[in-house]
Amino acid sequence: MSYNINDKGYYGEFGGAFIPEMLYPNIEELRQNYLKITAEESFQEEFHQLLKDYVGRPSPLYFAKRLSEKYNTKIYLKREDLNHTGAHKVNNTIGQILLAQRLGKTRIIAETGAGQHGVATATVCALMGIECVVYMGEVDIARQAPNVARMKMLGAKVVPALSGSRTLKDATNEAMRDWINNPVDTHYIVGSVVGPHPYPDMVARFQAVVSEEIKKQLLEKEGTENPDYLIACVGGGSNAAGTYYHYLDDTDVNIIAVEAAGKGIDTGESAATSVLGKEGIIHGSKTLLMQTGDGQITEPYSISAGLDYPGVGPMHANLYKTGRAEFISITDDEAMTAGLELSQLEGIIPAIETSHALAVFEHKTFKTEDIIVLNLSGRGDKDLQNYIEYFKL
Amino acid sequence: MNRINQKLQEDKKLLSIYFTAGYPNIDDTVTIIQNLEKSGVDMIEIGLPFSDPLADGPTIQDSSTQALKNGMTSELLFQQLKDIRKTVSIPLIIMGYFNPMLQYGVEAFCKKCQEIGIDGLIIPDLPVDVYHDEYKSTFDKYGLINVFLITPQTSEERIRYIDSVSDGFIYMVSSASTTGAKSGFGDEQEDYFTRISNMNLKNPQIVGFGIFNNDTFTQATKHAKGAIIGSAFIKYVTANGIENLENFIAPMLSK
Ligand SMILES: Cc1ncc(COP(=O)(O)O)c(C=O)c1O
Repeated sequence: MSYNINDKGYYGEFGGAFIPEMLYPNIEELRQNYLKITAEESFQEEFHQLLKDYVGRPSPLYFAKRLSEKYNTKIYLKREDLNHTGAHKVNNTIGQILLAQRLGKTRIIAETGAGQHGVATATVCALMGIECVVYMGEVDIARQAPNVARMKMLGAKVVPALSGSRTLKDATNEAMRDWINNPVDTHYIVGSVVGPHPYPDMVARFQAVVSEEIKKQLLEKEGTENPDYLIACVGGGSNAAGTYYHYLDDTDVNIIAVEAAGKGIDTGESAATSVLGKEGIIHGSKTLLMQTGDGQITEPYSISAGLDYPGVGPMHANLYKTGRAEFISITDDEAMTAGLELSQLEGIIPAIETSHALAVFEHKTFKTEDIIVLNLSGRGDKDLQNYIEYFKL
Repeated sequence: MNRINQKLQEDKKLLSIYFTAGYPNIDDTVTIIQNLEKSGVDMIEIGLPFSDPLADGPTIQDSSTQALKNGMTSELLFQQLKDIRKTVSIPLIIMGYFNPMLQYGVEAFCKKCQEIGIDGLIIPDLPVDVYHDEYKSTFDKYGLINVFLITPQTSEERIRYIDSVSDGFIYMVSSASTTGAKSGFGDEQEDYFTRISNMNLKNPQIVGFGIFNNDTFTQATKHAKGAIIGSAFIKYVTANGIENLENFIAPMLSK
């Protein structure tokens, strides 16, 4: 049994493409071309050249000595925060912009929550000289102001999503509506392993560079490719998918997925999909999502805009359902505390999304000899205002 | 014979109206349906509201949001419609997104539809191949017609496939857009309408999206069997209430 996607676009029972007919030609064009184009030598060359010279890959695998001492185990941080633009998101946008060019697209749209994916999209559009429109929930525009400014500076148009909870889910709806209205010239750069097939697989493949590098780097440092644990936060699940990708079927490597519990699982203000979700369809994918008994998608809550999504990608739904991954939910408070701790133990200010992953060490005891790799998915510059207000710094 | 098939055999152009159940007020559903039939409408699409209507523009989004706030659910809609066949005889179709049906249970949903006298379903985000492989037998069992969409971008091969899977009519989306676009039809639409008409499909076509007045209705039905009005009707009831619907319907049908 494989935990990766099958040839019908499903992970176990999750995935597929539940899209209105208006989107069918776009999705079908992608489905028929994404594997072919990304396998071309010229594509691979340009992709890896840009990852190296523009993004700054490989990102370091850093042994966090003081953090390890504190928790009496061996913790490595995969430094995606050091990528150009400050998060893992750019691995995917580089891949998709190259694909979009080869498909002859002249306009790019994207959704964004924390603004990291929006910035990463605006960045590659500037790099390639392509028009860029980013949809962002009105609530997120307010709490991620620095990233809104960055997108504008990069020449992108930021359009507020005013429907629903005015966060990531609604921005995604608006981007999909834009695509319905502009089916020929536009490519939609989805920012996580969500949406209709082939997006979850395509984004996972672009992010898979993360686990490809971890294998090499860990072999060098520890004499083994395999850690005992992999830890990543899950919004839609792209940094997690990249971290797990080359280990999915290596079941001696334990997988931990960290979700945002918001103010607490039972408070009604949470984004912990594995606990609160049920099977259903969101943004064209059959997966786990938070919904009412009547099948209306509910409004999630997390202090972290990047985890404030009522679903998870189908790969993660399957990892949960099969028990391949352990899912842990972390509250706002636990995450903020872990973020401050990393700042002061290691001199690294993490994104609040990432802080959720870091809070696992307070939740779970590891053995002294365990080797743990945690995806440090992003840096905290965009969150400074939130940290400052929270800690009254 | 299913009421939809019967209606399609009538020698006239058909006007179908979409409205969102539970809007403007929670208990308007039955009154709207009765008044539409009295106004001369041929067929009705009852919109089951969804929190995230991907294919819809602002008008239907807003009416859906309001309907959900008013308390509309699948179960409540079925309750409201339970005696509808005592007073209404035109074809009734439920249009909604797939997730609420999935949560209700597809078989249970279809069974309820049959009990009430619903004739068909339109589920924009249920792809034709998934329907064909997993749900067609259930729809058939309960005598429901499932209606599929085509758009100007749909390939000829796929249109032929959709035609082969359909047994009522094909919902022809007028242009590449979400619902509620209001720019009128130009040469591009005329070419598309003609192209589809020339394909001589086995199922008649009914045009939807972007129809809001007599002109667009006439253009849309020059080749097609009928047309569907949604957003423009919702705007009308928002402004004028649900009583004098013939003021909206009559001008559409006047030659
Ligand atoms: C730094 C960082 N980590 C994690 C995420 C969550 O996304 P994903 O689950 O796709 O990795 C985001 C999203 O904005 C982010 O900015």
